Amino acid sequence: MIRLTVNGQQHEVDAEPDTPLLYVLRDDLGLNGAKFGCGLGQCGSCTVIVDGQPVLSCLMPVSVLSGRQVRTIEGLGGNAVQHAFAEEQAAQCGYCIAGMVMRATALLEQNPHPSEHDIREHLSLNLCRCGTHMRILAAVRRAAGQGGKS
Amino acid sequence: MVVTKLGMEAGMKLSRGRVVAAVAAVLIVGGWAVWHPSIAPVEGRAAFPPEQIARGAELAAVGDCGVCHTTDGSRPYASGRGVPTPFGVVYATNITSDPDTGIGKWSEAAFRRAMRDGIDREGRHLYPVLPYPHFTRATDQDIAAMYAFLMTRAPVHADAPPNQLPFPLNQRVVLAGWNLLYLSPGPWRADPAHDADWNRGAYLVEAIGHCGACHTPRNVLGAEKGGQALSGGEAENWYAPPLQAASPAREAWTVDSLATYLHTGFDAHHGAAAGPMTAVTDELAKVPAADVRAMAVYLASMMPNPAPVSVVVHDGANPVFAGACGGCHGVDAPMTRSGAPSLALSTAVNAPTPRGVIQVILRGLPWREGQAAPYMPSFASALTDGQVADLAAYLRSTYSDKPAWSDLPAEVAKIRGAS
Repeated sequence: MIRLTVNGQQHEVDAEPDTPLLYVLRDDLGLNGAKFGCGLGQCGSCTVIVDGQPVLSCLMPVSVLSGRQVRTIEGLGGNAVQHAFAEEQAAQCGYCIAGMVMRATALLEQNPHPSEHDIREHLSLNLCRCGTHMRILAAVRRAAGQGGKS
Repeated sequence: MVVTKLGMEAGMKLSRGRVVAAVAAVLIVGGWAVWHPSIAPVEGRAAFPPEQIARGAELAAVGDCGVCHTTDGSRPYASGRGVPTPFGVVYATNITSDPDTGIGKWSEAAFRRAMRDGIDREGRHLYPVLPYPHFTRATDQDIAAMYAFLMTRAPVHADAPPNQLPFPLNQRVVLAGWNLLYLSPGPWRADPAHDADWNRGAYLVEAIGHCGACHTPRNVLGAEKGGQALSGGEAENWYAPPLQAASPAREAWTVDSLATYLHTGFDAHHGAAAGPMTAVTDELAKVPAADVRAMAVYLASMMPNPAPVSVVVHDGANPVFAGACGGCHGVDAPMTRSGAPSLALSTAVNAPTPRGVIQVILRGLPWREGQAAPYMPSFASALTDGQVADLAAYLRSTYSDKPAWSDLPAEVAKIRGAS
């Protein structure tokens, strides 16, 4: 059995130690916010927060999480970033959005007043195939209190 | 008696006078050695033949001028990059044609003196972070071409931040002594035992490309160690492998593979340029293929030529490797079928130090907007120091026959701390 803490709750799951965190979240814990996109750490749709840092849960073996805090979009409880994404209508199909929100949340927790460069640099690893990147950027600006569109 | 006394006094005066004269002589000679005249400023902007500017651009790329002197791509050569050295941070200066903060007032003679002797137009010593011990061998013609190129770059008004160096290193005069010890001026001399291509490559590698600035070990005063040229060094906590007989490459470098690697930043039998080398191969991509090939000819001639090794992968299983790395690096993973080399061929995995492996695990190969370049995500936030150390040990024991690395946890902590 492997123990891990997700959104403040302790869990014990019966998984092989190399199982990606993403599979455990979705298949064992029923937390379906984080998405499987590429499975190779190239798209960012599986992004969650571990110990305050954004990580790619598809490349995170569940056995490395002992004693660490995992947060998923289900644990945010409607934060400012989520509201800003809704207000800017940043989602088209929505598949990438949970990962975008998690990465943006991690950014704003560390850097509440990011520059445009900071935002673009930080989000550059998360891809949106629908092409709503401009709305996503506007949502992050709005969440950072910088107004939305620009 | 009186005569004797007078004589004694005269003698004492004489000896005192001799001491004063000797001190004065030392000061004058020493001062002369240290003091360099300012070279008169030039006014206005000179015109240069387009072919000379174009050649200067190629040489500036071989010489990696932009790697240190450009920090913001929209303001090329306007300086600002802090180069970390064991002594402190030295900032690259503005080498655009701006007359006030750049080199707009520099004559070609002043530029040549900076390249050859490490002295700026005003007569001040430059720190040997500028690789003038290499550039000192550059030909007049090539220095003139680089001058033509830089003097026709858009002027940008930007001062470099002040260097962060402790006393007495912040006194530029100490460099006079450093130069006496470590700068050996003189023109490039071709080796008649080799053909023109080899000699061309040797000149580009040694006099312009200054590969030894990273790939040669340095002594306690920061000078490249004599007699150990290109035997391996380090740059910004990255391992810079030997480019000669001691190369740890599993598969011998050839002229073709070196030329491909230097021109594209990637070779299927060795891997991708990473860390500070990425900027170097980015620059070399702008250089004519014939020049890059000449560099490859020279470097390949010094490399060992072992019999081809069959790639041996030892049995092993590691959950962190399987979960974090296997998707791309595992047996028959998609990436291994699209031209990326086996980890068993990786120079970093077969190197005497674990630095390259640790750096790539922690930083990955960063995403490069708009470029067709290899990408690997960073694992700095995903894995703890202990997990990175275990993973590095596993890679070494599985993909290399070389002895295990020692002090892995300390190396990981050091590299993470320096980021």
